[in-house]
Amino acid sequence: MAVYELKAAKEPPIKESGVVYWVRKNLLSSPSNILMTILSLYILYIIIPPFVKWAFLDANFVGHTKADCTGDGACWVFIREKLKMFIYGFYPESELWRANLTMALGAVTVVLAALERVPRSIKIASILILPIVAFFLLYGGIFGLEIVQPNKWGGLLLTLVIATVGIVASFPIGVLLAMGRQSKLPIIKTLSIFYIELIRGVPLITVLFMASVVLPLFFPEGVDFNKLARALIGITLFQAAYVAENIRGGFQAIPKGQYEAADALGLSYWQKMRLIILPQAIKVAIPNLVGTFISLFKDTSLVMIIGLFDLLTMVKLTANDRDWLGFDTEGYVFVALIYWMFNFAMSRYSKRLEDKLNTNNRD
Amino acid sequence: MSFLRDEKVRGILYQLITIVAFGALVLYIAHNTAQNIEARGIKSGFDFLNNSSGFDITESPIPYTTKSTHWEVFKVGLYNTLIISFFGIVLTSILGLFIGVARLSSNWIVSRLAATYIETFRNIPVLLQILFWYNVVLAAMPSVRQSYSFFDSIFINQRGIFLPKPIFQEGSIYIGIAVVAAFVIGWFVHKWAKKRLEETGKEFPVITTNLAILIILPLLAYFLAGKPVDFEYPVLKGFNFEGGKTYTPEFLALLFALVIYTATFIAEAIRSGIEAVNKGQKEAAMALGLSKTQSLKLVVLPQAIRVAIPPIISQYLNLIKNSSLAAAIGYPELVTVFAGTSLNVTGQALEIIAITMGTYLMISLIVSFILNWFNKKMKIKER
Repeated sequence: MAVYELKAAKEPPIKESGVVYWVRKNLLSSPSNILMTILSLYILYIIIPPFVKWAFLDANFVGHTKADCTGDGACWVFIREKLKMFIYGFYPESELWRANLTMALGAVTVVLAALERVPRSIKIASILILPIVAFFLLYGGIFGLEIVQPNKWGGLLLTLVIATVGIVASFPIGVLLAMGRQSKLPIIKTLSIFYIELIRGVPLITVLFMASVVLPLFFPEGVDFNKLARALIGITLFQAAYVAENIRGGFQAIPKGQYEAADALGLSYWQKMRLIILPQAIKVAIPNLVGTFISLFKDTSLVMIIGLFDLLTMVKLTANDRDWLGFDTEGYVFVALIYWMFNFAMSRYSKRLEDKLNTNNRD
Repeated sequence: MSFLRDEKVRGILYQLITIVAFGALVLYIAHNTAQNIEARGIKSGFDFLNNSSGFDITESPIPYTTKSTHWEVFKVGLYNTLIISFFGIVLTSILGLFIGVARLSSNWIVSRLAATYIETFRNIPVLLQILFWYNVVLAAMPSVRQSYSFFDSIFINQRGIFLPKPIFQEGSIYIGIAVVAAFVIGWFVHKWAKKRLEETGKEFPVITTNLAILIILPLLAYFLAGKPVDFEYPVLKGFNFEGGKTYTPEFLALLFALVIYTATFIAEAIRSGIEAVNKGQKEAAMALGLSKTQSLKLVVLPQAIRVAIPPIISQYLNLIKNSSLAAAIGYPELVTVFAGTSLNVTGQALEIIAITMGTYLMISLIVSFILNWFNKKMKIKER
């Protein structure tokens, strides 16, 4: 009779979960992979410890003057002392509540626009009302508010004003241009294409130069814009061309049947656009529009070159203060962080919208 | 009034209104401008281009003195724009490709590192980055006498980077000929290998072969022609280095910022190109028994390129346009010297802005021409 011997049990398969497996699979799967892991760790090693040391360990957080900054690290005292300059520029101390209120209203508008449950009419109304309210709040002149000239506006406040006006004012122009470009009427189409391609072909800085030195020549003597208004006109004209291209992308994504159905219903051109085409086109275009808004937000820093005191200009201005000479590094890092937070938040939002749109199209 | 209900009639009417409104606007602006120019005593016309500029330019690829004309200022600016754009495009392509591939790496830490790089530098205005390099990093370099020195021939200090400059003696032309020949031969090798692949299915290491040809041929020419290239080394004389090739802090700050910023977008374009390739394509390649490299080379990359190249080319255009931000640090490119200094000297804003915008527009048109050509060439050929 055959004797059956119990064989030793096989080794269990390598675990496909847990930390060790994860590290093996993602960091150490092959010799070249191991090499890359080591290299990456080395890069992290040369970047992170010195930065942490500079920004936190050796940094100075307490105090009020330059003398309080004794360590080798960053002097965050400088940022704290100059915070008002960074945020409001030269806006008068006693009127700061107006700037704060404006920014708070701006934040509320953004939240309203981003929330899904808010009806579209309220969103549009709040976006349209914001610039008007903001203007009277910041500039004053009514309800006994003291007038604050725009050359006193500065810092983050000015950057936000420029970005908001650029976004809100360029939108209707951009929509009209996009409609013009899609139009069957040759002259309107040609003019729209000419404008869009002209603007998209030149750098923003040349448009800003044009707005600041050539634009005044275009108007009769006596009509004068301040520097801020010129910059706003330049940025709006520039941004409109990019918005137009985004919206055009939206138009092209809409099936032909939608146009034909609208025609079959006997809608006029404007009814068709307003009720059928634009709502769909804009919805499709939103992720790209947010992308252009991010570019615009970064591009607002260019107004520095034509002499406005935006957030970026404040770095130079504060670091040239005789009591605080030579703190550019802290200034640039702080300002970069502010820009980064705004842009990163917007890019995340656009990504989320894009994913949502993608799933909608799949069913 | 029933004819107003006709679509054609209305179309013509709308266009007429547009023409009249547009024409009126143009006339109004022209009228105001003419009056303003007269009132302010600004000259008009393009004669100023022949007047001597009266100011100096720190970096000029062509001979330039204070006696040179504004037309020459324009040329210097344009050349400098093209120089920074050329260096920028080459370097940002390399860095962007590197980061893009790292982003897709299966190694978690490499991929995260690349993603962090992209998210950090993409979201910070490029002007801020330019100023940071210029005012913080390059300003912290040592003084001329304490230069960082490498092999006694490369020096880095506050005034920039000093490199040895090659001087081409007689006979250097053979090296040039060898380079051209290498490209021609490489093209034929590529054609032949492609034909062989299609006919017999046998692969040929085209890239390695061509790279070898490209290195060996010019080297051979160099030695056969009797080493016709000398190097001029930078030498410390008094307070500065003389001789050699100098790259100023303005140039370097602009270059670094543009390269680092644009590379984030190129990396994203490469990533989305590769991710856009249908998963079925990779699976089909595997099912055919292709190796991983073969599948990448023959199936994935040709399709990824079609998606990735158009955004990359428009990023190149963005880099060219962003080089105009040099105005903030004074690198003498088109906007800085022509739309800046020349404009201030002559006061002829209208003409100068028109020329500047026209130049950028020409560059953009050329780039979009290339783009269209590429799109047409790469279009999927359907039956």
